[in-house]
Amino acid sequence: MSALKPLPRWADIILLPLINLTLAFIVAGLVVFAIGQNPLAALDAIITGAFGSGYNIGYTLYYSTNFIFTGLAVAVAAHAGLFNIGGNGQAYIAGLGVILVALAMQSLPWWLTFPVAILAGAAVGGFWGFVPGYLQAKRGSHVVITTIMFNFIASAIMIYVVVNLLKPPGILAPESASIAVEGRMPKLGTFIPWFKNTDVNFTLILALICLVGAYFLIWHTRFGFAMRALGQNPTATRYAGMSNSRITMIVMTMSGALAGMVAVNQVFGVQYRLVLDYVADAGFVGIAVALMGRNHPLGILLAALLFGALYQGGNELQYVIPGLSKEMVVVIQALVILFTGAMEGLFRPALQRLFSGGPAAARSGG
Amino acid sequence: MNAISKHFGALLAGVAMTAVVTGAALADPAIIYDLGGKFDKSFNEAAYNGAEAWKKETGGNYIDVELQNDAQREQALRRFASQGANPIVMAGFSWGTALNTVAAEFPDINFVVIDAVVEQPNVQSIVFDEHTGSFLVGAIAALKSTTGTVGFVGGMDVPIIHKFYCGYAQGAKAVKADIKLIENYTGTTPAAWNDPVTAGELAKAQFDAGADVSFAAAGGSGLGVLQAAADAGKFSIGVDSNQNYLHPGSVLTSMLKRVDVAVSTAFKEAGDDATFKPGVNVLGLAQDGVGYALDDNNAALITDDIKAKVEEFKAKIISGEIKVHDYTADNSCPGI
Repeated sequence: MSALKPLPRWADIILLPLINLTLAFIVAGLVVFAIGQNPLAALDAIITGAFGSGYNIGYTLYYSTNFIFTGLAVAVAAHAGLFNIGGNGQAYIAGLGVILVALAMQSLPWWLTFPVAILAGAAVGGFWGFVPGYLQAKRGSHVVITTIMFNFIASAIMIYVVVNLLKPPGILAPESASIAVEGRMPKLGTFIPWFKNTDVNFTLILALICLVGAYFLIWHTRFGFAMRALGQNPTATRYAGMSNSRITMIVMTMSGALAGMVAVNQVFGVQYRLVLDYVADAGFVGIAVALMGRNHPLGILLAALLFGALYQGGNELQYVIPGLSKEMVVVIQALVILFTGAMEGLFRPALQRLFSGGPAAARSGG
Repeated sequence: MNAISKHFGALLAGVAMTAVVTGAALADPAIIYDLGGKFDKSFNEAAYNGAEAWKKETGGNYIDVELQNDAQREQALRRFASQGANPIVMAGFSWGTALNTVAAEFPDINFVVIDAVVEQPNVQSIVFDEHTGSFLVGAIAALKSTTGTVGFVGGMDVPIIHKFYCGYAQGAKAVKADIKLIENYTGTTPAAWNDPVTAGELAKAQFDAGADVSFAAAGGSGLGVLQAAADAGKFSIGVDSNQNYLHPGSVLTSMLKRVDVAVSTAFKEAGDDATFKPGVNVLGLAQDGVGYALDDNNAALITDDIKAKVEEFKAKIISGEIKVHDYTADNSCPGI
């Protein structure tokens, strides 16, 4: 019984995700074929829809911005051995902080409001991460259970607040008042006409800064070391004199704050108002992004771009191929998430056998 | 620097030119459905039927899309506008803010919004006199009821649905001043348009409380009310589309809101600046914008007596002899 060697790094980071993605597209193609549409035309529609022009790329980057934040939120927690599946709720409730700041400061120039909105989003999102962190650290309630329950609590609170407190009289739609025109952050298309009037905005730059920041935090700070150590072996950190509960609470707060940045993108950067369900499940996509990106900022960037492209391209499907309904688009997106996220390790054993010395070794080893 | 910006300007002009050219070639009308979904058998489906009717009549092509969530309204509008679709029609009262933004970005494209009012030079807003149509079905409900209690199941709890209720209640009271009314709503978010289970439960509760007719003004959720009424052997009243065929013998009538006519008219007229009429367009009983549905499926339920009375009300409302109060005028419903 020879043990299987771990995969070479390039195979782990590039080959495996590529195989998963190909498989996802093949299965999605079969589904498209089964309902009587041309899978190649669909693939073409997705790719052109995501990268065809500045307009398409603008929207792809806008979706990617959300996924970078939620991917980072999952990854930071994962390094400390915590599985934060509450990104959705943290991103959603953070919108409350962002819109209140934005409406209060709407007569001021946007570059004054922007940092305050970021802090407000981080504070509210962070609080929504802190509570499950506290419950895990001090009360032993598992963070997987509490974060997902917090998603529902956030959703219920937001509906109540938007419908009963924030909705201005005279507007039928459940939404808050809009930020005054002079207080709105311009979109990138204002400076780079190539992006046209798409939703990509300065929050993308904030996302890139967060990626770099997360890299330094995780691998180049004492706290990063402590949290990774906690993730590897909580007994060892306890023995080394660290406070596991303190690290858990801080990490969950950071994770929630990162997820909360989605609200900055959506509320302050794009919608200029609070609408319901603006997170559109970005929190859950973040789990797939983090998995695919191996919890590394660079990997998260690439995976977020992929999922951003998939979301934008998937949206375009409906417009280009009228035979594909919105439900079919969701099926295709879900298949890619399934294969690249949930079944991410499907081919790992086979690849490991292959890299450990070919089929012969695999037979004798098996 | 100057040379670069000049070239850049030329490039932009070129891009704009292409956009105009493709716009002309692709000036198909477009329609965007609201969250209830294209086939909700009610509001959105009426819009779809209007588009299909236009297609059958003119042989033209149109493009459509279903919204996935509230945050995508602007993107969907921009997508069609960038593609050069003209006019772009959208059905639903949640479009106001999004359309206000996008209509300003695309001054050369005509937009038509149903159920909302947007003040822009390139937007036509179509609103309906739901209160008068609801008055008529309220009268029918009261004429048909033997228990003296009638119910109302609204979708999302918003003023426009209160407008339905207020008209319905006035119609019922006009027939029988001491009639008892039960008023319920499915929810407070757009999800309320697509929740037939809750709507059905509300209807059952109304029937248990003595109602024998229930008016569903709830989009896709209304199907639950119609089903509950059919199961309980009571009467229901459909909304927006003609829903009489869904449970013949149980669906008393449907409060028609001719979203289909609005859509096909918009497709015909709004694409051309010569026939496009920006501003607010109100469709009422006189324009056949609202009304009650009469067909083979409910012919046995609506007796000649009932019909005569309702037609009398209708004539009096059109002539102005009966004034039906519009809830949205002052957000109140006096006397109810």
